Amino acid sequence: MSLLSVSDLTVKFAMRDQTVTALHDISFDLAKGERLGIVGESGAGKSITGFSLMNLLSKPGYIDSGKILFEGQDIAGMNDAQMRGIRGNKMAMIFQDPMVTLNPVLTIGQQMVETLQAHRKLSRDEAEQIAIVKLREVYIPSPEERLNQYPHELSGGMRQRIIIAMALLLNPQLIIADEPTTALDVTIQADIMELLLELCQSNKVGLILITHDLGVVSQMTERTLVMYAGRIVEAGRTREIINDPQHPYTQGLINALPQQTLPGHRLKQIPGNMPSLTSIPVGCPFSPRCSYAVDHCRTTRPEPISYGTVRVACHEVNRLHNDTPDQEKQA
Amino acid sequence: MLAYLVKRLFQAIAVMFVISVIGFAIQDNLGDPLRELVGQSVSEEVRQQLRDELGLNDSFAKQYLRFLGNALQGDLGTSYFFKEPALDVILKKLPATLELVLGATIIIVGLSVPLGVYTAIKPNSIISRIIMGLSIIGISIPVFLTAILMIFVFSVELGWLPSFGRGDVVHVWGYWDTNFATLDGWEHILLPSIALASIMLPLFVRLIRAEMMEVLESEYVKYAKAKGIHPGRIYFVHALKNTLLPVITVGGVQIGTMVAYTILTETVFQWPGMGFMFLEAINRVDTPLVVAYLIVVGFIFVVTNTIVDLIYGLVNPTVNLARMGA
Ligand SMILES: Nc1ncnc2c1ncn2[C@@H]1O[C@H](COP(=O)(O)OP(=O)(O)OP(=O)(O)O)[C@@H](O)[C@H]1O
Ligand SMILES: [Mg+2]
Repeated sequence: MSLLSVSDLTVKFAMRDQTVTALHDISFDLAKGERLGIVGESGAGKSITGFSLMNLLSKPGYIDSGKILFEGQDIAGMNDAQMRGIRGNKMAMIFQDPMVTLNPVLTIGQQMVETLQAHRKLSRDEAEQIAIVKLREVYIPSPEERLNQYPHELSGGMRQRIIIAMALLLNPQLIIADEPTTALDVTIQADIMELLLELCQSNKVGLILITHDLGVVSQMTERTLVMYAGRIVEAGRTREIINDPQHPYTQGLINALPQQTLPGHRLKQIPGNMPSLTSIPVGCPFSPRCSYAVDHCRTTRPEPISYGTVRVACHEVNRLHNDTPDQEKQA
Repeated sequence: MLAYLVKRLFQAIAVMFVISVIGFAIQDNLGDPLRELVGQSVSEEVRQQLRDELGLNDSFAKQYLRFLGNALQGDLGTSYFFKEPALDVILKKLPATLELVLGATIIIVGLSVPLGVYTAIKPNSIISRIIMGLSIIGISIPVFLTAILMIFVFSVELGWLPSFGRGDVVHVWGYWDTNFATLDGWEHILLPSIALASIMLPLFVRLIRAEMMEVLESEYVKYAKAKGIHPGRIYFVHALKNTLLPVITVGGVQIGTMVAYTILTETVFQWPGMGFMFLEAINRVDTPLVVAYLIVVGFIFVVTNTIVDLIYGLVNPTVNLARMGA
């Protein structure tokens, strides 16, 4: 049985004058200990997906339909009290910006102890001992002293390590990390990712890594979802998606990677922008930016189909696949 | 810590210096000490001689320095009306005023925190809407009107509470008589305290609500939810602590301001404090007393602000008092 099984998840925002759909029929599975990447440009719906899995959508957002089975239980239908037993306990989250994630007026120790005490009957001393062990696992020097420090006394990298330690406090089954290094100094981004990977592997924790960086996804994850305008456009094994992308959007993302560009050449960005939720085109949402789009693409929405080992939502995937090698020769 | 204290002390001295200059300028320009001393029937020659003797013809700076020297020794002049040192007159009235401010502060703090937190957590509930509506009314009704309305309802119509004076007070120490030792004293201080609190309380409720709502939207509150922390703890530990930090600063200043607001309240309730005294002193053109009042109120203001800053530094871990002095 898979750890997490999401089927037809649809999320909407009830705005004042209209209701917009942020996620359309998202479906995917995650096995125990598996690492999954979610990629896509800004506004694709990656964070909304992450928060939905925690049933933690903020105000106008709500889960409209679909199932989120976590260890066989449907999270989408749980109330807050039931969710509290899961959040931070079986499923932990790592936020994007460690500078604003920790509460500025509580010490590291208080914030770690409260997490443990929210889920286990532990004395403060016992909880602090566990916290110290976990801080050591993320290579925090002199963890005993850190417990009495406030977040502002620590660097961003240190704080994100502490947040990773906090995520591991209760030995969760799944960690959802939403762009955990974007806010950090470039020089330590790789260290933090490496640490996260190491800990997930050694603790056999499942990981959902949200990022816009396909390079990171290829190092960190076994499977990948590519999202565009609230939909999954391509899903499959990370290696195959990176080496042999099927969807024109995925190809565009890969071509835009700096490694794909010869020195001195401009980065090959995908022309145009992600549509806003109120102006998603009929037909294939990517069609206005797609160089392969034909009339059919602009009128009919493509459903995900199996293509080889991946699933891809593109009408023209057959034609495209035959064309790709030529395209690359020309480029 | 010491460096910070010294720095604060210098700021306080600077403010007091400005207040003393203003006070002296008023003294210098308002009323004629000679008229108070000798009346109308003295010839111009004698007046000039007296002026010289009193040093009234000296330069502004020289006169100010004399004023300052006296003030530093606790001599703020002699009240024309009471024929007593002005400072003594004020110190006798001070406890009544401070007790009134204390009563209002207890009401404000005791009510604004629960009301502000409740209206922030349940912004759409009917009770919240009623509280917010009342707070608008509270802000817009002037203190003296609130006071008169309360006297009319609770003293005249219902006859529940007394409408003037301090009632039975118990001597504590020095000039300090307290209202808080007898039931009669409590009954007397209740209406004036409510009247004095009536403007600040709604302001505080709205301030706490606004701060709390902002904090509840923060990343760290969302993170606390993602850790499975109980809402009670999120509201009262995670959010309230961050809410109260800015409130302490604003609130402390407002409580200082309240000393000045007592003028109206004390007048309506015939409360024998220094606000009531100040109004009488103005009517009698008792300039030394007016100036002494300004200086004492300025001093109270400076002291409360300094204390508030220190408290803020102590409760806010991101303010390092030891480093702030540098
Ligand atoms: N509270 C909200 N109300 C209305 N629309 C929202 C709200 N939050 C997000 N959205 C919209 O939902 C869409 C998806 O947002 P989401 O935050 O999931 O994007 P993302 O893929 O995480 O992007 P990024 O890389 O910038 O983090 C966006 O179009 C965004 O404008
Ligand atoms: Mg995001």
